[in-house]
Amino acid sequence: MDFQHSQASHCESGVMSTMLSHHGLPISEAMAFGLSSALSFAYLPIVKINGLPLVAYRMPPKFIIKGLQKRLGLKMRFETFRRPADGSRRLDELLAAGHIVGLQTSVFWLPYMPEDLRFHFNAHNVLAYGRDTTSGDYLLSDPVFDTPVSCAAGPLESARFAKGALAPKGLLYYPTEKPMPPDWSKAIPQALKKTTRIMLDTPLPIIGVRGIRRLAGAIERLAGQNDPAAAKMFIGQVVRMQEEIGTGGGGFRFIYASFLQEAADLLAQPRLNELAEALIEIGDEWREFALAAARMIRDREALAPASLADKLRQLAEREQAFFRDLRRAA
Amino acid sequence: MRDSDVPQEGNCTLGGHRKALYARGADGKLHMVQSTGWEVEEIVTRQAVDDLNRLAEEARQRVIAGQTSALEYHMHRTRMDLPMLAQTTGLWQWRIRRHFRPATFARLSTGLLARYAGVMGLSIEQLKKVD
Repeated sequence: MDFQHSQASHCESGVMSTMLSHHGLPISEAMAFGLSSALSFAYLPIVKINGLPLVAYRMPPKFIIKGLQKRLGLKMRFETFRRPADGSRRLDELLAAGHIVGLQTSVFWLPYMPEDLRFHFNAHNVLAYGRDTTSGDYLLSDPVFDTPVSCAAGPLESARFAKGALAPKGLLYYPTEKPMPPDWSKAIPQALKKTTRIMLDTPLPIIGVRGIRRLAGAIERLAGQNDPAAAKMFIGQVVRMQEEIGTGGGGFRFIYASFLQEAADLLAQPRLNELAEALIEIGDEWREFALAAARMIRDREALAPASLADKLRQLAEREQAFFRDLRRAA
Repeated sequence: MRDSDVPQEGNCTLGGHRKALYARGADGKLHMVQSTGWEVEEIVTRQAVDDLNRLAEEARQRVIAGQTSALEYHMHRTRMDLPMLAQTTGLWQWRIRRHFRPATFARLSTGLLARYAGVMGLSIEQLKKVD
């Protein structure tokens, strides 16, 4: 079967959507994201990226693949390699056998990425679907690009065997059985409930709605440190995680709302449509927060950590109410 | 976000490529819309890139002044920091910090130089000098 590339807003849900569609189970990116309960919030002050804390609006890498395995009863095979040469040979074998293969890569080493976005992020997912017969370059479907791309063998091997946090170790994955549609009336409510549990009940104060409040506190304390440059780097980091490539905007809130709309149709539950509306408003509010933060970074507005913290507390309040409603609806 | 509100502000950090966002169409349904970028993202991405460039430039000045080794310059230039370099090379941070001394760096074995050069995607020749 011919391979069909499609653009997505997030790499992992995009790879899974394209891979499953290729194998005969057409499933949208939003459905892949929602069904695996990938929406989240986490403020991890201990994990530092270039000295700044990690803020995430979704669950950790590989969560979508693992979550879909569970909800769809999907059988996948994962392979990692100690030696790069073995990893490349195995990839060639699979491609020669006509498979399409998911790969974990580091964006820093991918030459087709825009220069300004090539940070050391080791958990970018792409699909390999063949090799160019003349140049030997790998043909890749990178979900965040609107057309397929290609990458020479050397850089791809470096990207697959990058070291450091979340090192891919050459990870490749593919389904071993034909995926089947699940019983939506069971799978969707389970996925919804899991997301509400993550957002409302995680016993750690840095995950879910409590994480948003914790982050608000941290931003408020920036005012007392009297170091505007550091404060700007901190709030810039929060916005980068929210709006950079791969979130669908509004820190994944819009993509999840799209999943809710699909779920409303599949289950004939109009209540989920109303909840999607509420979540779109929340996403818009996240974008207002990003706009205010960016204006402060550029000094178009006076740097006021307290007002950003207030915005975050409002968001926490609204998300708490939203996920409680979602729990009742599920 | 309505699809007419999707920013098309030509974010230069995207290198001309368009990203996919979710926005609401006239029928109330969310769908994917291509965006050439939002100024907000450009501001925060440039902020991060500029900060890394500043660190690299400061290190370059110190290399020229003989206060640090080319290793520190290349670490910043390849967008790493000390904990990341330690993690990727498997060396202790204090050991890397020692290699920031020009005299120590000049005596490093080819093996160690190759280790640094490997994780930075440079040749040993490139690693030894600043441009």
